[in-house]
Amino acid sequence: MKRYWPYLALILLAILPLVGISSYTMHVLILVIMWSIIGMAWNVLGGFCGQVSFGHAAFFGVGAYTAGILYHHLGISAWWGMPACVVVLIAVSLIVGYICLRLRGAYFALATLALGEVCRVAAENMVWFTQGNLGILIKERTWVGKTWYYYVILLIAVGSYIFIKRVIASKWGYYFVAIREDQDAAESLGIDTTFYKTIALCISGVLTGIAGAFYMNYMGYIDPGIVFSLSDISILTVMVVMVGGVATFGGPTMGALIMVFLAEIVRSTPKIGAAHQTIFGILLILIIIFLPNGVVGDFRKIVKFFKPKRTRA
Amino acid sequence: MSLLDVQNVSKRFGGLAALTDISFVCNKGEILGIIGPNGAGKTTLFNVINGFYPPSAGDVFFNGEKISSLKPHKICARGIARTFQVVRPLQRMTVLDNVIASAFIRATTKAKATETANEVLQFAGLYDDRALVSKGLPLGKRKRLEIARALATRPEMVLLDESFAGLNPTEINEQIEIVRKIRDKGITILIIEHHMKVIMSISDRIVVLNYGKQIAEGTPAEISRNPVVIEAYLGEEHRA
Repeated sequence: MKRYWPYLALILLAILPLVGISSYTMHVLILVIMWSIIGMAWNVLGGFCGQVSFGHAAFFGVGAYTAGILYHHLGISAWWGMPACVVVLIAVSLIVGYICLRLRGAYFALATLALGEVCRVAAENMVWFTQGNLGILIKERTWVGKTWYYYVILLIAVGSYIFIKRVIASKWGYYFVAIREDQDAAESLGIDTTFYKTIALCISGVLTGIAGAFYMNYMGYIDPGIVFSLSDISILTVMVVMVGGVATFGGPTMGALIMVFLAEIVRSTPKIGAAHQTIFGILLILIIIFLPNGVVGDFRKIVKFFKPKRTRA
Repeated sequence: MSLLDVQNVSKRFGGLAALTDISFVCNKGEILGIIGPNGAGKTTLFNVINGFYPPSAGDVFFNGEKISSLKPHKICARGIARTFQVVRPLQRMTVLDNVIASAFIRATTKAKATETANEVLQFAGLYDDRALVSKGLPLGKRKRLEIARALATRPEMVLLDESFAGLNPTEINEQIEIVRKIRDKGITILIIEHHMKVIMSISDRIVVLNYGKQIAEGTPAEISRNPVVIEAYLGEEHRA
């Protein structure tokens, strides 16, 4: 039964737009799917390979700006940003990897934290190239409705899911986990740890960038404060995976579902809307204490908690 | 014929001379023991051979080629595998996955890696535990997992760092059997051990370190008669 779950979920998601749900619900679903891609991408590097990044906004933003700049400067469709950002993000990942991946643990996390901010400041100041804080606006949107955007992002998500699942089942996946568990032991077992960490970073960066390029196309407007945001992109990425379940396949999707809906609910509630980051922070603390493996990883714990307790005879 | 040739190796950490002018050869098919009191530099020596530390002076040759500036994974690819004194299994992976991960260095496909892993696990007597998460294994089995993982890289030489420490007598006997079987496969063994009975019975030759200096080298019988070694390490009761 469990084997068919992903297929059932997929069929359900595929027919969902046909039953006529509101444009707002579609919007939220698109965000959920986009965040699940970013979460899956982060999970390759942070979950499986153990290199925790607090700077995924850098990849997201670079992806978004690749699409935006192609449109703005070359006048071609921003959809070209998707294939283009693969090349751009591999280049960025190689540079970032060369500098940051020699660092371990908390130092790598801090370096990536700085990376996101560096990108934001750069995008704000390179006005001739990025329009600075004015942002980039796409004047004519490809589709008026949301249905096609939904199918595009769903297709990317399914592709990413299959791709990541295959990678993790391969030699690369074994090496990623070995590096996470013990880098020195991995190195002495013949694993070129720097090289494979760079591969994990490239995969993670490219997929996050594709999500960013989609965001540009979908929202039609970006500025540095949005796409390079520390709290709304980088930290939220980490939260999506932590809440859903680190190093699980379903975790990022589950986390995206919970976090996006939660964000929408909290933001639309009068008075506490402004405090949504405080609420996220408290939620993260609770998750770390009670469900360290996330909702998917600790699913049994949750089931056990809600089961009626039988008293022993 | 010498497989490993350690030439005048020194290693200093700041002002501390962890190893001073160590030279020895290890011949093909041999079991070479390395003994010495705590802090003598035995594990540092392994870390130099294995590539974790570059030597401050001197060189290490393997199969006639200089390996002393290579990274650990390259040295492993040349055919030297090691185990750790404090066992370092990949904790949240199963026993089988641990060994598959290391078998990938020679295997081209996952099927081949799995085949190697199963074979090595059978060899190390861990086949029945292959589905367990390695975190939960008792120490004796974790030590054998270290060996299995090293063997899965298809090495010409293994460095065993205190593979007997902390084991009970039954486990020690099983472990001796495994070490002998490894030698019978034609794999050369360099072994650090504190357990005198074990090291004296399995080694062909022994190198003795004390305060980072090499104080003796010879057959177990020679070593147990050597007055310098008795003074520094063995104590009077071992005098043969």
